[in-house]
Amino acid sequence: MLEQLTLGRYVPGQSILHRLDSRAKLLLSLYLIVIVFLTSNWLTYVFMFILVGGLIAMTGLKVGYFIRGIGPLIWLIVFTAVLQLLFTPGGHVYWHWGVLMLTSTGIATAVSVFLRFLLIITMATILTLTTAPLAIADGVEAMLKPLRIVHFPVAQTALMLSVALRFVPTLLDEATTIMNAQRARGVEFNNGGLIKRLRAIVPLLIPLFVGAISRADELATAMEARGYQGGDGRTKYRVLHWRSADTMAVISVLIINIVLVVFRHLN
Amino acid sequence: MAITFDHVNFTYQPNSPFAATGLKDVNLTLPDGSFTAIIGHTGSGKSTLVQHLNGLLKPTSGQVQVDDFTLTSTTSNRHLKDLHQHVGMVFQFPENQLFDQTVVKDIAFGPLNFGFDENTAHDMAVQAAKTVGLPDNVLERSPFELSGGQMRRVAIAGVLASQPRVLVLDEPTAGLDPLGREHMMQMFEQLHEEQQLTVVLVTHQMDDVADYADQAVVMGHGEVLKAGAPQTIFNDPQWVYDQQLDFPTATKFAFQLQQKGFSFNQLPLTEQQLADQLADQLPAMDGKGR
Repeated sequence: MLEQLTLGRYVPGQSILHRLDSRAKLLLSLYLIVIVFLTSNWLTYVFMFILVGGLIAMTGLKVGYFIRGIGPLIWLIVFTAVLQLLFTPGGHVYWHWGVLMLTSTGIATAVSVFLRFLLIITMATILTLTTAPLAIADGVEAMLKPLRIVHFPVAQTALMLSVALRFVPTLLDEATTIMNAQRARGVEFNNGGLIKRLRAIVPLLIPLFVGAISRADELATAMEARGYQGGDGRTKYRVLHWRSADTMAVISVLIINIVLVVFRHLN
Repeated sequence: MAITFDHVNFTYQPNSPFAATGLKDVNLTLPDGSFTAIIGHTGSGKSTLVQHLNGLLKPTSGQVQVDDFTLTSTTSNRHLKDLHQHVGMVFQFPENQLFDQTVVKDIAFGPLNFGFDENTAHDMAVQAAKTVGLPDNVLERSPFELSGGQMRRVAIAGVLASQPRVLVLDEPTAGLDPLGREHMMQMFEQLHEEQQLTVVLVTHQMDDVADYADQAVVMGHGEVLKAGAPQTIFNDPQWVYDQQLDFPTATKFAFQLQQKGFSFNQLPLTEQQLADQLADQLPAMDGKGR
C-alpha cells in the first residue's frame, strides 16, 4: 500500500536534470510553480504543457512514473475542480438548482484549476524524481542561509531535515513490519467501520512512537560520541557546485517567464 | 496435512519501477509436526518465504497450502483470519510490537482478536506467560519497563497465546545473550515435542540447525537451492562454502581433527555425534584400549 506511492521518490539517473545543482533545481522548481499562476488563456496552457512535456523527456525517465505520481492525487484535483464548477457564480448561467449552478465563469475556473494542479504536481514530481533527498536537504540549507541574519538556526534546521529524510524509509519499513506483526495477531487494518479501523491503528502507532523515541535517543548518543557539538563551525563533506548548466537553467526559466507574460497579453 | 509450496513466485511492487523478485518457482513440502530450519545469506528470500505461511504475503503466482488453507494470488484478505490464528508468527525483534498497558493485556491481545471472550483470553495469556517462563509478578507491569530479554518473551507469549498449530520463528534469538538464546531454543524444542507443533525457524545459527531441525532448506536469490536433512546439506563442504553458509561448531572442530588423522564415517553435526564418534576412535589411537 505505502510502497505504491511514487510521489516523493527518487529514481537515480544521469540526465541533465539529475545533474543540475540542487539549489538551482529547488529554486527554479518553486519559481516555475509560482509562474504557473500566470497562465490565463489557451496559448499559455499549451505553452506550459509543452514545457512540462519537454522537462519529462529531459529526465530520461518513463512517463509511467509521472502518471503514477499523479494517480493518488487525481481525486483531490477532480474534487476541487468540481467544487469550483458548481459553486462559482458569474458570467452566463446555464443551469442552477438551489445553491448549485453551472456558469461560464465556473467552467473556466474549474478547467484552469484542474490544469494548474496538474502542472504543479508534475513539476514537483520532476523535482523529487530527479533529486536525491539529501541533495534537497542541502539545497534547502543553502536557501535558508540568508535567514542567519535574523538568528534563524539554519544548521539545526538543515540537520533535522536531513535526519528526517534519512529515516523516512526506515520508519516506513518499521511501520510495515509492525503492521504485519499485528496482522499476524489478528488485527484487521482494512476491515470494519470507522471506529474499528481507528482502534486498529493504536497497536501500530504506539510501537512506532516508542521505536522512534528510542531510536532518537540512540542516534543522539552516537552523534555526541562522534564529537557533534551543535551545528555551527562544522565543515561540509558534500559541497555543492554551481556549473554553467545551472546558469543556463536560470536563464531559460527567466525566458519562460517572459514568454508566459507575453502570451498572457496576446489575447 | 502438511505445508506445501507449489511453483510459488513472488514479486515485490509488481508492475512498478521498483519491482523486485522475492521468490522464484519455490516448491517445498514441510511435513506435519516437522522442525524445519530455513537458512541462506541475507536477502536470499527467507523472510519473504515465511511470510507466505500465514498469508501476510500472497504468491504472485502458484499456490501455498497450509493444512486446510489454500493461498493463491486471488485469496481475499477476509478469509485469512483463521490462517493467522493457525500459524503463529514471531518476527525479528518481536519486542518492537508491544503496545498495551500491561504485559497480560498485551499477551491477551491476540486471543481477543480471534474472538475469545475476556476471561478465556486472560487465562490463555497467563498460560502462555508461564510457557515462556515469565514470572507472575511482571504480568501487571507495563511491557516497556521490562528488560530486552523479558520483552522478547512477552512478545513470543503474545503469539503463543492464540495456540497456533504452526509456529514460524524469524531469528527468534538474534541479539540475546548465550544463556537466553539456549533457554529460548529449548522452549521451542519443548513446544515442538509436547504439542507436535510444526516449527519453521529462520536462522543464521548453524548450531541451532544441527541441534534442533530435522529438515533444512537453503535459500539463495529467492530460490530453494537445496532441501533435506541437515546431514545431507552439510555433507558437501565446498557447496556450503560457496553458498556463504557456515558449519555447526562441532563440524568445524571435526574438520580440524580430520587434518590430524581422525576420520569420521558420518560428518558430526552436534557435540553428541562428535563425542560418540571420537569415543570409538580414541582408545585405538593411544593403543591402550579402554
